[in-house]
Amino acid sequence: MKQRVVVTGMGVAAPNALGLENFHDAIRAGRSGIRFLEELREKKFGCCIGGVPPLDEELKAGHFTPLELRQIKAHNLLYGILAADEAWNDAGLERQADSPTDWESGCVFGAGLSGVRAIRDSVYFIDSGQVKRMGGTAATQIMPSGISALLGGRFGLGNWVMTNASACSTGTEAIRLAAEHIRAGRARRMLCGAAETDGPYLWGGFDAMRVLTRKFNDRPEQGSRPMSATASGFVPGGGAGALVLESLPSARERGARIYSEVAGGYSNAGGHRDGGSMTAPGREGIERCIRGALEHAGVSAGEIDLISGHLTATRGDPGEIHCWSRALDRRGERFPCINSLKSMIGHCLSAGGAIESVALILQLVHGFAHPSINCEDPHPGITSVIDPECIPGKAREIPGMKVAAKSSFGFGDVNSVLIFRAFDKS
Amino acid sequence: MTRQDISEQLREIVRPFVQDEEALAQLSEDTHLVNDLAINSTDVVDIILDVEDRFRIEIDDEDAENMVTVRSALDLIEAKVRDRPSKPS
Repeated sequence: MKQRVVVTGMGVAAPNALGLENFHDAIRAGRSGIRFLEELREKKFGCCIGGVPPLDEELKAGHFTPLELRQIKAHNLLYGILAADEAWNDAGLERQADSPTDWESGCVFGAGLSGVRAIRDSVYFIDSGQVKRMGGTAATQIMPSGISALLGGRFGLGNWVMTNASACSTGTEAIRLAAEHIRAGRARRMLCGAAETDGPYLWGGFDAMRVLTRKFNDRPEQGSRPMSATASGFVPGGGAGALVLESLPSARERGARIYSEVAGGYSNAGGHRDGGSMTAPGREGIERCIRGALEHAGVSAGEIDLISGHLTATRGDPGEIHCWSRALDRRGERFPCINSLKSMIGHCLSAGGAIESVALILQLVHGFAHPSINCEDPHPGITSVIDPECIPGKAREIPGMKVAAKSSFGFGDVNSVLIFRAFDKS
Repeated sequence: MTRQDISEQLREIVRPFVQDEEALAQLSEDTHLVNDLAINSTDVVDIILDVEDRFRIEIDDEDAENMVTVRSALDLIEAKVRDRPSKPS
């Protein structure tokens, strides 16, 4: 039996804020989390700016036990646990170490790369003949599924527990996988999202590809410029976003607060044809993914009030706008409001879709569109299709917002689109 | 270094891995690391690394397998520390 799926909890560790309340304030205000990072300069990166969640030693000591801090050094794991703990608590659920296994709850939590600093340390130990110095947790910090494995134990989850990896569409895909699992009646509740590490050992490959901006090292907060004519590459970021999804009966039974409904979604790939490649999405694939998501959600193109784009501040931004315009058959002033959270937090890679989904649901619930900053000079290839007013430069109230869409495209020409709908109690 | 010194340092090494404060308070030479302190095998691996660093000794696999109680750990560390080559001056 098909179940309606609702969001009952959210949590976030983003470069511009830790925690939902701070994050809500930050995205409304258009606050940038992009900073100059000395470590990147020392290592001679072209791009020396990035988005790192503001997690200091004091905050860590307040949230994690000394043993956890000793055994969990990987940043993606720390961010993922922070976001997941907040989402679980926000959903009104308790975490007890001795609770029985919950066979009806599971977890899909994505990763890009896990424990890259543990990998680095391990390489040195192994190459100097000291394999045992790796210690007892290198293996579990390095394995990609480290994050879902840890969360499964943290909350006593006995349903499907897995990690997905689809590059930059990972976070959006994780939410879709979890929602479909509930919709199919296979679980009551799923914790889902994605967590990404940060720093030079993950970002180096992107710097070498020259897809990161090199022109804003002296003006970090202006560096991430989605949809701008002066965009010159993305700014890398790290962090995590988490949602608790439940079947509507499960949420109602326990009187949970419902943020929104996951109306539907779609994932596909472009097959590296029609402009698609290992590093770029093909247009036909994107359009099909958008249309597929609308159809699955039972939503018409005209109903979309707000789009949270993939929009990374690379040459791909105008192409994405064209795809949305064609798929929705909406142009000029008739195009919906569109923004990119990456303008404030950079591109958090695998976690991007998860953090951006948390932001999108906050906007849907509170009836506003956050500003898409650094786009005072929209790209002419974008304004030839949509009215520049569609891109909010300041927070814009959208009272009575009903439908919002999230798109994410990943290396390998893989796409995911989600449709969220304001919860209708009827 | 007396056995008492070693014992106190061992307690500090083990402390972060023990959730049960009471069990740690009652630590004696008969205490079994896994059974009484609920330390798992992953933690034992990390404890051995800490012991090696703290006492500047090396514990091979066979020795590690015999480190099951506080007494056997102290015996082992005591013997290794005694045999430790003195630093060249």
